[in-house]
Amino acid sequence: MAHVPAAEHHHAHHFSSGVEEFDACKQGVWIFLVTEVLFFSGLFLAYAVLRVFHPEMMHKAHKLLDWRLGGLNTLILIFSSLTMALSVSAAQRGDNKKVIRYLWVTFVCAFGFLIVKFFEYRHKFLEGMLPGAHYTYPHLTEKTAGLFFTCYFVMTGIHGIHVIVGMGLIYWLIRRAKHGEFGPNYFTPVEATGLYWHFVDLVWIYLFPLLYLVS
Amino acid sequence: MSHANAEVVHGDNYINHSKGIKSWLLTLDHKRIGIMYLFTTLTMFLIGGIFALGIRLELFSPGMQFLKPDQYNRFFTYHGAIMVFMVIIPLIPAAIGNFVLPMMIGAKDVAFPRWNLFSYYVYITGIVVAVSTLFLKGVDTGWTFYTPYSIRSSSSATLVLLGAFIMGFSSILTGLNFIVTIHKLRAPGLTWDRLPLFLWAIYATSVIQILATPVLAITLLLALLERVLGIGIFDPKLGGDPVLFQHFFWFYSHPAVYIMILPAMGVISEVLPVFSRKPIFGYKMIAAATFGIALVSFLVWGHHLFVSGQSAFANFVFSLLTMFVAIPTGVKVFGWLGTLYKGSLRFNTPLLYAFGFLFVFTIGGLTGVMLATISVDVHLTDTYFVIAHFHYVMVGGSILAFLAGLHYWFPKFSGKMYSEGPAKVGAWFVMIGFNVTFFPQFILGVLGMPRRYADYLPQFTTLNRISTFGSWLLAIGFVTTAINLIYALKKGAKAGDNPWGALTLEWQTASPPPMENFNYDPVVKEDPYDYRGAKALMGSNV
Repeated sequence: MAHVPAAEHHHAHHFSSGVEEFDACKQGVWIFLVTEVLFFSGLFLAYAVLRVFHPEMMHKAHKLLDWRLGGLNTLILIFSSLTMALSVSAAQRGDNKKVIRYLWVTFVCAFGFLIVKFFEYRHKFLEGMLPGAHYTYPHLTEKTAGLFFTCYFVMTGIHGIHVIVGMGLIYWLIRRAKHGEFGPNYFTPVEATGLYWHFVDLVWIYLFPLLYLVS
Repeated sequence: MSHANAEVVHGDNYINHSKGIKSWLLTLDHKRIGIMYLFTTLTMFLIGGIFALGIRLELFSPGMQFLKPDQYNRFFTYHGAIMVFMVIIPLIPAAIGNFVLPMMIGAKDVAFPRWNLFSYYVYITGIVVAVSTLFLKGVDTGWTFYTPYSIRSSSSATLVLLGAFIMGFSSILTGLNFIVTIHKLRAPGLTWDRLPLFLWAIYATSVIQILATPVLAITLLLALLERVLGIGIFDPKLGGDPVLFQHFFWFYSHPAVYIMILPAMGVISEVLPVFSRKPIFGYKMIAAATFGIALVSFLVWGHHLFVSGQSAFANFVFSLLTMFVAIPTGVKVFGWLGTLYKGSLRFNTPLLYAFGFLFVFTIGGLTGVMLATISVDVHLTDTYFVIAHFHYVMVGGSILAFLAGLHYWFPKFSGKMYSEGPAKVGAWFVMIGFNVTFFPQFILGVLGMPRRYADYLPQFTTLNRISTFGSWLLAIGFVTTAINLIYALKKGAKAGDNPWGALTLEWQTASPPPMENFNYDPVVKEDPYDYRGAKALMGSNV
């Protein structure tokens, strides 16, 4: 794709103005996020049903997760949301250097989150804390304990895929920003990715207490 | 609608603008994408229809004639999965909607043309993944994929689940695109209270698509993981719950019924005023009823679980809520009848199909109220009564309305006019064949013939034979219609820009439309159904 500097950005032929195009894109992203909420809501509902069915198991099994690692990841993501917001505001002001800098910080945070997640997953795999029928951890012998790890792996797994997609989008933004494509009159992709990234963080903020802090 | 400076220019249009297969496959033009959807959905309709004929042929006599029982299971599964996911859901919104929606609001394209093309290829990918199983081990779970059988079935259910999962994203993207398009790209003067009812219907459908389809996506994903990895969430042995799957599934699939029927109702709301030369009766009520149905559609999924061990209280609530659907639906039916009343009816093919819709869909709707009544439903669950009921809604509702719309907009799509004679013959065969096929199934259901069995007791033979005979009439009707339209594409007379004398914007430009739809900037000054003025008389071909 040819790189178009921000000052020369033209709106698509079927929009009457750049503002209309921006509004349409923003509305599109919001509607997309609504579909994401519905997508995750299925998982939250399944979690709720299983918790009603097996309250004791869920309570005992959650202790096998390390809340300190979960907490660390929560802090990392909240911080990355801040840097993402700063990069959007920098793009609106046309401060391209800061756009790139804050995007890199966000990218590194996302990567850090995945590293922490990797060590958590590795530990669970080695101990046999696996979903459903694959659960073999010897120190918690509840028959249904695998279901907790079904919830854990499916929910954090799908969230993790969203983080990876987010990293891809942020990297794409960095490349475009390096070509000076964003400025006060065109910053739609930065704003859109920002909204998506805040959503990904928000999902984690719900996942963390539901999985790590069951009482 | 008034178009003072309307200067329609002919010559360059979306069909002859560029040539070659590549210019179609990579097009960002909503009209071409709509036509590609139309071609694909109709191809799938043919395949799904062949499976249906196979089912009816096997049921011509008791005992096994042509198919083995496990082949029969595959036939009804493919018939259902293809017709629901690959035909009726995208049929009106993605095919007709894509073409007509931007034109009806005076826009040059949908808001996100690239996503529009992408969603088409997502849909194609889903079809390829799901239909590839025909050459593998097939699928025998029924289109509902109920656990635990769908987890254990030795067929290729995994790929069909994956295919349906993929197709869902196409549906979501189309819905999203349409909502933003209607919000942001309406022509000056096209206020919300002048929006054609077809667009209100597409809008409500899109809302259902974006709210319900993600839930189907996660449901199918969980079922896939259950099947491939054994995560236990639907497996009672591991503490999971198979009924949870049913709740999840119907939370999408009941609203999906309204994804199928609301656009059909939208087509009827366009056709009736044009062919009775009268304003639609109760515009605001019909628009509101559209959203009433969309809202209630999310609250009634439990009526699919009356005999699945749901609590008596939940059954009662779902039964009551289901009956609420009849209220906005009734409002619409009376609105349509009021439109016809004292109109100058012109019995062209679209109106013929619209009449068929009113007649057949009402039967489908009323039998729905019967099924919502728990005491009746317990007797009729999983019998042919249910089959007849939803075919009256899906075929009698969606397909008849689609055919009305196809004939109505055919001159706009192609610039050619089909010939009325064969079109009407086709319509009569479709409508008579449909009733001969499915009405006996109501009776079979009441007599207790269960659905999804490859065989039946000898006392059901006569009614089954009538039904199979009807399926042949239905096939003759569809083939006649197809031949007539294909012939019209090749040899049809020029239709003119506005052969029906319709007032909505898509008719105020050339047929077929130019690349950017209008050679002028449309401005709307009147209601879309104001047939009282002089303009209303301008129809040339009617």
